[in-house]
This record gives sequence, C-alpha cells and structure tokens, in this order.
Amino acid sequence: MKKFYGTQLPNRLMLGTAQYPSPAILERAFRDSGAGVATVSLRRESGAGQTFWQMIRELGVLILPNTAGCHTVKEAVTTAHMAREVFDTKWIKLELIGHTDSLQPDVFQLVEAARILTEDGFEVFPYTTDDLIVGERLLAAGCEVLMPWGAPIGSGRGLNNEYALRAMRAEFPDVPLVIDAGIGLPSHAAKAMELGYDAVLLNTAVARAGDPAAMAKAMMLAIEAGQLAHQADPIEARDMAEPSTPVIGKAFLS
Amino acid sequence: MKIVLNGEPREVRAETLAELLQECGFSGRVATAVNEDFVPSSLRIAHALKVGDRVEIVAPMQGG
Repeated sequence: MKKFYGTQLPNRLMLGTAQYPSPAILERAFRDSGAGVATVSLRRESGAGQTFWQMIRELGVLILPNTAGCHTVKEAVTTAHMAREVFDTKWIKLELIGHTDSLQPDVFQLVEAARILTEDGFEVFPYTTDDLIVGERLLAAGCEVLMPWGAPIGSGRGLNNEYALRAMRAEFPDVPLVIDAGIGLPSHAAKAMELGYDAVLLNTAVARAGDPAAMAKAMMLAIEAGQLAHQADPIEARDMAEPSTPVIGKAFLS
Repeated sequence: MKIVLNGEPREVRAETLAELLQECGFSGRVATAVNEDFVPSSLRIAHALKVGDRVEIVAPMQGG
C-alpha cells in the first residue's frame, strides 16, 4: 500500500465523524469497521469541543482535519493553521468550496491554497475534481496525495464519472489517490478499489444509515473485497457469451 | 472595551488575547484568530486587543 506523506495507513477506509445519531454510535462505527483515519473540523467553541476531542483521541485513529465550508484561500489557510495547532498534525484535508449547491471545489483557489500551505510545512490532502490538469497543478504545488470526488458531498450517487476516475488512476500511477465524497453504498466503495484507488473517504453514507455501525463495517468489507479483486487482475468484460464448461468430450445425445 | 467574539458583540475587561480566553472561560484545545489572522497560542500573551477586534475562538468539532 502506498504511503501517505510517509505514513502507512492501517487500512483503506477514512471515515468522517459528523451527523451520527449519537457519540456512542459514532464510536461503534469506528470500532466495528476498524477505520484507520477520522476526519474532523473546527467550529466556534460552544463547550462541546473538548468532550468530542477526548472521544476521538480514545479511538486511537489518525486524525485528518478539514477546512470544510471555506470559500476563499485566506479563510482556508487560516483554518488550516488553527487546525494544525488544535489537532497537532501537519495533515490537512483542503476543501475550498466553489459552488453552493454542488459543493464543487473551486480548483483555482484550491491550487493556490495548496501551494501556500505546502510552503508553510503542511501535508495537504486536496479535495478536488477528477480533472487531470488540476491534479497535475496540485502535484506541482507540492501535494503528494489527490482526493477526487466520486459525486457531490452527501449525494450518495457513487462514482459519477468512472471514465474520468479511471483516467486519473492511469495518469498518476504512483500518487496515493482517494475517492472523497459521493459514496452511498458499499458497492461504490468496492468499485473505487477495483479501479485501483488507494483509499475511500466517506461520512454521510455511514452516519445517516439506519445502522451506522453495520454500514461502516459493510464499507470496510467492500473495500477489502474490491482491493483484493483489483490485485487479482479481473477479466475483461465482453459482449458475447463464452462457454465456461468445456465443449470437447460432450456426449453425443441428440 | 467592545470587541466581537465569535460573531457576538461583547464588552470585555481583557487587554490581551490570553486574558480574554481566561475572562470568557475558554480552556483546553482551542485555536484563535484576530481580524481573520491566525494567532498562535504562544503569541496570545503578547497580543494586545483593540476596540472593535473580531476574535474567533474555535475548538474540535465533528467533520467529514
């Protein structure tokens, strides 16, 4: 498995911590799935922050803070600095939102913020689109990981543009690639792995499921299955049937 | 002096950012920004507040 900025991840599931029915259910989702990375954020302190931090620490997972909701380079860079101090990590999931309805990343500001943060010593995980040129620019700006969207955040639509994601995998064979956002079902996560992606980052599909802990585990099993299948070199699809049972030696009975 | 703390107008006695955190009961893991610029924890004692400053104090929260 490729390293993420020199760090070996325990597995390929990155799980968000938002929208769970309760902290206890969040905790069970992590424990039952074994997800190795938790995404977190920063918000105005209202008293709940310290309890949440204590619980996340006890999960013993790697922490990936985000800049969710940021719309400008300045805002994202300031948020990243605050996150580095609070969470004591150089990792930052860089989100620069460009469109209110689709939450599509503003890739122009994204590249600029990634350059500034890399120069400031951050290890940037950019939430980006499946555009290859943007991917190149992010790598040139210092990113060593790319996180293209599968579909809009929270939509659960899966991999909207499999062709583009396949092209991205082929274009950047040595870069750790994560499908971030849009996953709704374990089959979507398995598909991402079958395409050769290195990890999947998801939140809503688990947190909003009727049984989040069971769904988290289902996601992990699908990721393992998809990854194993990718390594096993799957067959090509074909248009016509091809008998799997040998024709030679069939008894002549008609 | 009058400042804006996490979006709310406040009258405070604190003269520095460190004093403000104490006065308003913030402790534990928080990060600070004044007028949209990050202020590292090591600089809070030396950071003098001015009338009208916009102070943001943030803490860990759930995120995706």
